[in-house]
Amino acid sequence: MSDFDQELDARGLNCPLPILRAKKAINGLESGQVLRIIATDPGSVKDFEAFAKQTGNELMESAENGGEFTFLMKKG
Amino acid sequence: MSEKKLAIIATKGTLDWAYPPFILSSTAAALGYDVMIFFTFYGLQLLKKDLNLKVSPLGNPGMPMPMGMDKWFPVLGTAIPGMESIMTMMMKNTMKKKGVASIEDLRELCIEAEVRLVACQMTVDLFDMKQSDLLDGLEFVGAATFFEFAGDADITLYI
Repeated sequence: MSDFDQELDARGLNCPLPILRAKKAINGLESGQVLRIIATDPGSVKDFEAFAKQTGNELMESAENGGEFTFLMKKG
Repeated sequence: MSEKKLAIIATKGTLDWAYPPFILSSTAAALGYDVMIFFTFYGLQLLKKDLNLKVSPLGNPGMPMPMGMDKWFPVLGTAIPGMESIMTMMMKNTMKKKGVASIEDLRELCIEAEVRLVACQMTVDLFDMKQSDLLDGLEFVGAATFFEFAGDADITLYI
């Protein structure tokens, strides 16, 4: 796992909360900084891809480990 | 990124039907959309300061019921007094357990994200609703205002 500047624990939250919380967290970052998100909502895998595509942020990494999904999102 | 626009007409006032407009609006706002929800008829219930939304199994054969209740009380059972309150309580508990946001929270997130919440003035008059029972800061408008926004919206939904 690469470095990150801030972490968001979205475990136990369901659609659309992981995306909304991530958006809020990214708002507080500088361009180029990285947010690490941990979620348990399986729908968030596709949703974070779609979020990145539509917002100009970069989804650097998407991984699954024992029912937990981890994402690295770099602010565009 | 050029700003896209989402226009929604919300016409239903039950707990289950409250979710689509607020989920879609808050998400669209997070994606950079400019969003308006036009609340009309029973949809205005979603703008009350004190939400008391219910989910009804009545006339809703697709609704999953716990403990096989739909087998024990087919059709007519859904009309038993108190059933609505029981189903609403169960639905709210399940939602909480599954990490689904409450309508209050989603609505607050929409307001934070500057989703434009507009209320149909005609409905307010029709049902003698008090503006003071509804959220502060709403716009009370007619159909023309909706079209002014929706006329060049990228997506328009009727819910």
